[in-house]
Amino acid sequence: MSLAKEFSKGIWKENAVFKLLLGMCPVLAVTTSAENGLGMGLATTFVLVYSNIVVALLRKLIPSGVRIPAFIIIIASFVTVVQLCMEAWVYDLYQALGIFIPLIVVNCLILGRAEAFASKNPVVAAAVDGSGMGLGFTLSLFILGAVRELFGSGAILGFSIFGASYQPMLLMILPPGAFITLGLLLAGMNKFEARKS
Amino acid sequence: MDNQLYLSSSPHIHSGETTDKVMRLVIYALLPATLLSIYFFGLPALSVLLICTLGCLAFEALSCKLLKQPLTLSDGSAALTGILLALNLPPSTPWWLSLLGAAIAILIGKQVYGGLGYNPFNPALVARVVLLISFPVQMTSWTTPAPLGSGIDAVTAATPLGEMQTAVMLTGKLPELAISGYTDYLLGHMAGSVGEVSALALLLGGLFLLFKKIISWHIPVSFIGTVLVLGGIFWLVDAGRYPNPIFHLLTGGLLLGAFFMATDMVTSPVTCKGMLLFGCGCGLLTVLIRLFGGYPEGVSFAILLMNACTPLIDRYTRPKIYGQVEPQA
Repeated sequence: MSLAKEFSKGIWKENAVFKLLLGMCPVLAVTTSAENGLGMGLATTFVLVYSNIVVALLRKLIPSGVRIPAFIIIIASFVTVVQLCMEAWVYDLYQALGIFIPLIVVNCLILGRAEAFASKNPVVAAAVDGSGMGLGFTLSLFILGAVRELFGSGAILGFSIFGASYQPMLLMILPPGAFITLGLLLAGMNKFEARKS
Repeated sequence: MDNQLYLSSSPHIHSGETTDKVMRLVIYALLPATLLSIYFFGLPALSVLLICTLGCLAFEALSCKLLKQPLTLSDGSAALTGILLALNLPPSTPWWLSLLGAAIAILIGKQVYGGLGYNPFNPALVARVVLLISFPVQMTSWTTPAPLGSGIDAVTAATPLGEMQTAVMLTGKLPELAISGYTDYLLGHMAGSVGEVSALALLLGGLFLLFKKIISWHIPVSFIGTVLVLGGIFWLVDAGRYPNPIFHLLTGGLLLGAFFMATDMVTSPVTCKGMLLFGCGCGLLTVLIRLFGGYPEGVSFAILLMNACTPLIDRYTRPKIYGQVEPQA
């Protein structure tokens, strides 16, 4: 498979959120606004790319019997880096995402890519795979966050869209809104795919 | 070709009970409460009723068209959902809120699951709860009844349950209740949703449904009974803090919920034992939410939570098949 294909598969064909439904916990919990979704997506992408690179580098050294703990340690190291950086430079976002930043460690998307791809492929391919998957994840979280923010507070990225007279629909930024939005987006995507084929 | 032999498996005798007939009878049963609420709340109540009902019919037609399904307007279920939704909203609900409620009830509460008979939750209640959580200000702006022709548009006021919760929260004590209060509650002269105000009219409709055998007694009796018994226990423990059971019975949406919404055939258990369990669960949750929850009224949350338990209840109350022997443990 070419590198371009490795990159693009994560964005649509094997999109982590809309196709594989992986990493649902942050997807549903932090997408209360487009900014939160974007921040979470970028943090996850960073961890995904670097853990993929390191796992691919060490793939011949790690004994297969202890590979899962080894992957987790690698992932956890990068999550710590992200957490400290976010605490230092984007404190508001760090506060908004809260417990979900350390929980990136157990995001099954990252472990899934380490296990299914990085541990079997060379470094460059693993890095490209991680970037594509991460970008797809970020885009999905951004779209979900934008839709919820639009209806839940009448704005996108803090810019008012509907004007001051709009009555925000609070449910959309509460947990049920995440499930309803995700369900409707999935339905829309399936419809689109069905029409295409 | 007329005399061809027609072979089919049993059953061969049809009770004559069809969906549209059941729905029509339930709508008739709601008439006293509906008419009384139009009398008490005037034009605002009428407009909420019209918008919700027409909105539900329109969204039902729209989704049938989008899904390329035969039109199901004539079975009356969408109209009934609309009426029930309207009865669950405050009379001062703005038009766009009623319309949004109708869309949520039909599209998200019913059609995404595959239409009538497949929805796990009561569509009207789904819409009410979504609106209540999304728009707490509009959904809790209650008005006292201003009968048609009284010259008053509306006077804002708290519902009896809301008043009780605020008083208990602020002073730790119940407000004084005049005896005349209960007559008002019974007839419907109090602030509240369009349809929950008159206990007498709702009771009349409920008895009509029981008489016509559209609903069985199990759910309403166990629901109301649990609320009375549990409310009574709390009242006996501390009468200064907890209201008496009659207050529980006559205020809020208990009668509307117990007779017309908990008994929804699609979303409640099928066996008698299951229905009793379902009703008790509804009653328990209602009392707990009313006395200890963040919201003054808990009937709609209670029914929705028990709707979610219905498949489980059905599974565990499945009757033994005749002649079947339990395997020895």
